[in-house]
Amino acid sequence: MVHRATGWLMLLCLVTAACLYLGPLAQLVGRRHLMVTVHEWSGILLPLPFLLGLFSSDFRTDLRMLNRFAVYDKRWLRSARRRLTAPESRPAGKFNAGQKLYAGWIAGAVLVMMFTGLLMWFMGLLPVISRTSAIFVHDCLAWAITIVLIGHMRKAYEDPEARLGMRTGYVGRSWAARYHAYWLRDVQAEDETAKVDKK
Amino acid sequence: MAMAQEPKRGADGAPVGRRTLLGVLGLGAAGLAAAPYLQRGWEGVLGSASQLDPTGLTGLLPNPGGFRYYSIVGSVPRKDEANYELRIDGLVDRPKTYMLSDLRALPQTRVVHDVLCTDGWRVDKTPFEGVKLADLLDDAGVRAKGTAIRFTCFDGAYSESLTLEQARRSDVLVALNMQDKPITHEHGGPVRLYVAPMYFYKSAKWLSGISVTRKVVPGYWEERGYPLDGWLDGEDRHSDAA
Repeated sequence: MVHRATGWLMLLCLVTAACLYLGPLAQLVGRRHLMVTVHEWSGILLPLPFLLGLFSSDFRTDLRMLNRFAVYDKRWLRSARRRLTAPESRPAGKFNAGQKLYAGWIAGAVLVMMFTGLLMWFMGLLPVISRTSAIFVHDCLAWAITIVLIGHMRKAYEDPEARLGMRTGYVGRSWAARYHAYWLRDVQAEDETAKVDKK
Repeated sequence: MAMAQEPKRGADGAPVGRRTLLGVLGLGAAGLAAAPYLQRGWEGVLGSASQLDPTGLTGLLPNPGGFRYYSIVGSVPRKDEANYELRIDGLVDRPKTYMLSDLRALPQTRVVHDVLCTDGWRVDKTPFEGVKLADLLDDAGVRAKGTAIRFTCFDGAYSESLTLEQARRSDVLVALNMQDKPITHEHGGPVRLYVAPMYFYKSAKWLSGISVTRKVVPGYWEERGYPLDGWLDGEDRHSDAA
């Protein structure tokens, strides 16, 4: 839910950004006031699904897992650098090292975009910071986010089981065993502990 | 039989997620500080590259400098020598309509100034040429009750305003040329207003009407919260009246 809402807001923000920034598109579409308003509000609301998600303990648990690197994550990164794709060389928990890095990066990027965006939106805000600098950072980071998001969506396109997991909250056990073995191991160990505690 | 507590799982690894986030924030702050140097450097690269590039493809690379196209309507009609008209009316003795050739025949003034948008982009030392607004107002004869000017545009929607004192400044032009070329349609041509000491939203594109009013009538962006007097920082607000 959080992901779906955030994804749509991000798409809206990016499409309106393109209509504002890319010359030929701006000339075709015009309607600057509408584009700006939708862009500003979709941007400002981007963190809202996340903030609402914090009320869910499952979501907070996922965030904790996204945050922490385990010992095997370094191996995953090394294999990724060496372009080794076999599942044995890519050990992962519920989230692999790449997904963890992406989460941290995009969260930081959204915050920087919001800050520079707010400077552009409100002329009188923090006048000590030059608007020319703000728009420069906002433009550069917009390009970076576009490139990273294309990568994000390409990865999703290549992994239908992962998409299923994001959509429904459930994935196949054999898929988990192959690609997120440490997660499956942790889940099974928790089940064992729960059974023992009940005795 | 009591079980010993299991150690908390997964709470021990390095918080790389948080570190990455903070790292990006730090890069953002550094980017803000270094922006002027980075931008200048990149524009230098683009400049040299475009000189060496016969294909013109370098023009497609992102360029933070230069003008950006802003329009509040879906599409704007194109006007030229044949169909362009500028109407001066309102509280004047002699309302008049100018064609493009009429405007070109009048004495031209050149104003070179930095163009700044409230969003932050800027084009420094841009030359504009055209007829001083003050000259057109004198030709029309402003009546005593007139204290402000309302500008309207042939996009059918945009409007702007100036006080009479501001309008009479020698750096306010009804502009026909920009960067020593006739103003193209995309840049608000064939005729746009240029108010050099103010933010660029005051310099109404696709100018078609100049009306002397009893008091200031807020224009398009002023109705949406922009300041009536869009002075750039450090401008002399009571500079020469024509």
